[in-house]
Amino acid sequence: MRELWELFITFAKVGVMTFGGGYAMLPILQREVVENKGWATDEELTDYFAIGQCTPGIIAVNTATFIGQKQKGVIGGIFTTLGVVFPSIVIITLLAGVIEAFSHIVWVQHAFGGIRVCVCVLIFNAVLKLWKSAVKDAWALVIFLCVLVASLLLDLSPVVYVLFAAVAGILIKTLEVKKA
Amino acid sequence: MIYLQLFFEFFKTGLFAVGGGMATLPFLYDMAERTGWFTAAQIADMLAVSESTPGPIGVNMATYVGFVTGGVPGAVVASLGLVVPSLIVIMIVAAVLKSFRDNKYVNAAFYGLRPASTAMVASAGITVALSTFVTGSVAALGDLVTAIDWKGVALAAVLLVLTRWVKWTKKLHPIVFIALSAAVGVLLKF
Repeated sequence: MRELWELFITFAKVGVMTFGGGYAMLPILQREVVENKGWATDEELTDYFAIGQCTPGIIAVNTATFIGQKQKGVIGGIFTTLGVVFPSIVIITLLAGVIEAFSHIVWVQHAFGGIRVCVCVLIFNAVLKLWKSAVKDAWALVIFLCVLVASLLLDLSPVVYVLFAAVAGILIKTLEVKKA
Repeated sequence: MIYLQLFFEFFKTGLFAVGGGMATLPFLYDMAERTGWFTAAQIADMLAVSESTPGPIGVNMATYVGFVTGGVPGAVVASLGLVVPSLIVIMIVAAVLKSFRDNKYVNAAFYGLRPASTAMVASAGITVALSTFVTGSVAALGDLVTAIDWKGVALAAVLLVLTRWVKWTKKLHPIVFIALSAAVGVLLKF
């Protein structure tokens, strides 16, 4: 029980200290999990992170689940996951209530008008970062363009594109091997 | 049964969003359109709040949407819905870790998934950009000049330079740029 509590608290701490998620979390995990607790080595952490990035779900949550699972099995994974999520639930719930209450004030609306511009730039930067690791050859570019055009023009669920892309990836790679 | 629906919607998001927090955006736009729980404009605000508060962006977004839709229980249900697929998938992957990483079909599927995920985030970005920068109505091409919010475009240009090219500002945390934009928004009445 003590160990489970420790898993929960450590990951709640990681959740509080992560601003922005994903890559921002790696140095904090290194300090807490590798140096302070010795729950994983640097190499293991990098592995979990890499897999967390390419499996479905939030990278931070995936990495947390991995480490919890390694320490205490399924129940450990559940505790670390709840730990990472816990601060978000508390902080966002408090903030969301405040923001909804003040959203009719004119200068708050102006502030969010400015913020929305910033969000566009942040998304643009995120796309460029994703692009670098995702679009490395002509076939990847074809998939990118197909999904981009389709999702702008059609009204399909994102699930459709995810399934299409996975199948396309397997077909392209299988045919490439055959040709070579 | 809004809670069950919330859980299911975020379960789906957690299961199919590959590549972290931003990858949940297309699912949120899809959700807004189908359910009417929140508007597309609200998503941009929620994203700004999620970026500027502690916690992973994806979880913060789920909590926020859950709260707006169903109060505190909604926030809890949406967040749990988002992480349950991770729990299941990672448990399975952890059990077969070695063979998973070396499996050629898994690698091939991700070869296709990564550009698709990038495209979906890009598409969500274009949607946000259109609703942010084109504020007037565009009936003919000639209306475009008056319909575009040039103040917004100017701020975006400044932010782009600061976040990408200026050496000492580009390493700063997004929260700095969000705060700066909020101040500019108030001062120039965006």
